[in-house]
Amino acid sequence: MALQDRNRVVILGDRVENISGAEFPLSFDGKESSHGLQRLAETLDIKIVHLTPTEIEFDLIGVDASIANALRRILLAEIPTMAIETVYMINNTGVVQDEILAHRLGLVPIMADPEDFHWRRPLDPPTDQNTVVFKLDVECHKNPNAARDETDPSKLYINSSVYTSQLVWDPKGDQETRFADKPVKPIHGDILITKLRPGQVLCCELHCAKGVGKDHAKFSPVATASYRLLPDIQITSDITGDDAELFRDCFPPGVVEIVNEGGVRKAKVVNARKDTVSREVLRHKEFSDKVRLTRVRDHFIFNVESTGAIPPEVLVSRALDVLIEKCDISKAALADAIGSTASEE
Amino acid sequence: MDVDQEKPSYIALLEVPEDKIEIVPGASADLTSMTFSIKEEDHTLGNALRWCIMQNPQVDFCGYSIPHPSEAKTHIRIQTTESTNAIDTMNKGLDDLKAACHMVRSKFHQRLTEGKYTRSEQ
Repeated sequence: MALQDRNRVVILGDRVENISGAEFPLSFDGKESSHGLQRLAETLDIKIVHLTPTEIEFDLIGVDASIANALRRILLAEIPTMAIETVYMINNTGVVQDEILAHRLGLVPIMADPEDFHWRRPLDPPTDQNTVVFKLDVECHKNPNAARDETDPSKLYINSSVYTSQLVWDPKGDQETRFADKPVKPIHGDILITKLRPGQVLCCELHCAKGVGKDHAKFSPVATASYRLLPDIQITSDITGDDAELFRDCFPPGVVEIVNEGGVRKAKVVNARKDTVSREVLRHKEFSDKVRLTRVRDHFIFNVESTGAIPPEVLVSRALDVLIEKCDISKAALADAIGSTASEE
Repeated sequence: MDVDQEKPSYIALLEVPEDKIEIVPGASADLTSMTFSIKEEDHTLGNALRWCIMQNPQVDFCGYSIPHPSEAKTHIRIQTTESTNAIDTMNKGLDDLKAACHMVRSKFHQRLTEGKYTRSEQ
């Protein structure tokens, strides 16, 4: 295969070809190409495209899919965050059951950096170093100033809807000084927790702990993290005239443009990145031998959206730290395993 | 227990299990073929480590498997040529994976400080 083609995953109408590359040492006779770390040093590149306080879009080029996937899996499941773990229900006379309320409260994202806190073992007592305490104390009353024929419950009653803004942080120990400039609170104050009617009370104490997404999805720091491979649309023979217009309409706007070359209207791929690879073009017989839909195997377009507790660029950095930590732990464990078998003999 | 030793604190987990890596019985006598059983790991480390080990030209075979999805265990089997052994290869694979992560990390930070990207407050 041509050198460039080795790097492409081919997308056909009914299947995908050339999925796993053969980029291993000695797999191509006579070719002494670099591999492993040396090759990574040559081909690795990162391009950050867009950065907002909650989202980052960047390109990771030159790594193998296994490492890009490891990064994605760690972003989803192995970076710790703080979330409500224990709910001490003092009084709940609303219609929503205790356990349903507790489940909903657990899913509320909390603005706290998990690196400021320690892990809490199941039997450890809660301390100011491993737990954050919130109090939720709401009672619903009738609104004496409501109009006689009012039907909107938010005007008829006071506190009929309980929102996350009503969660009150109760700083313990040295938390008040530690978080003086970044108070711990729910990230969004407008998440509806439950609804009450006059006479109903909700009073509970909430304890937040550190956890990872592997344990419960509420601890996942990302709204989602995903990657896609860069599409590469290859036009093998010219597409001209009205066919070119049809060709352009098979792709999302901006991918293909019509250029005028020597009086002939030709279709040209200008921005393959915008393509969503819907394979619409493969449904038309006239283009079946003129176009080749491929993806570049080692060009990953990452999109990481954070829930807000941790900035997205910090998340990517921490994901790499976690992968490095896994290697360290495994190395130490391997040394232990070898040492113990050597002493047994 | 006299003094409670300072247990190392990890980013992503509370405690490392006692026997994190076990050598599955049945390794070859000259230690060129071996299966390692790693507890509490899955495709995240397994696939990445397998790729790193395969980049080593002295490795004849490397594959990983998860014996049962309900058990958090990953098996990595390495078969090498006579010039080295499976344990050294595993160590080299882990080192190489660490080095690769460090490369990606420093490149990422370099690009962040360069600042050549669009930003928005939303």
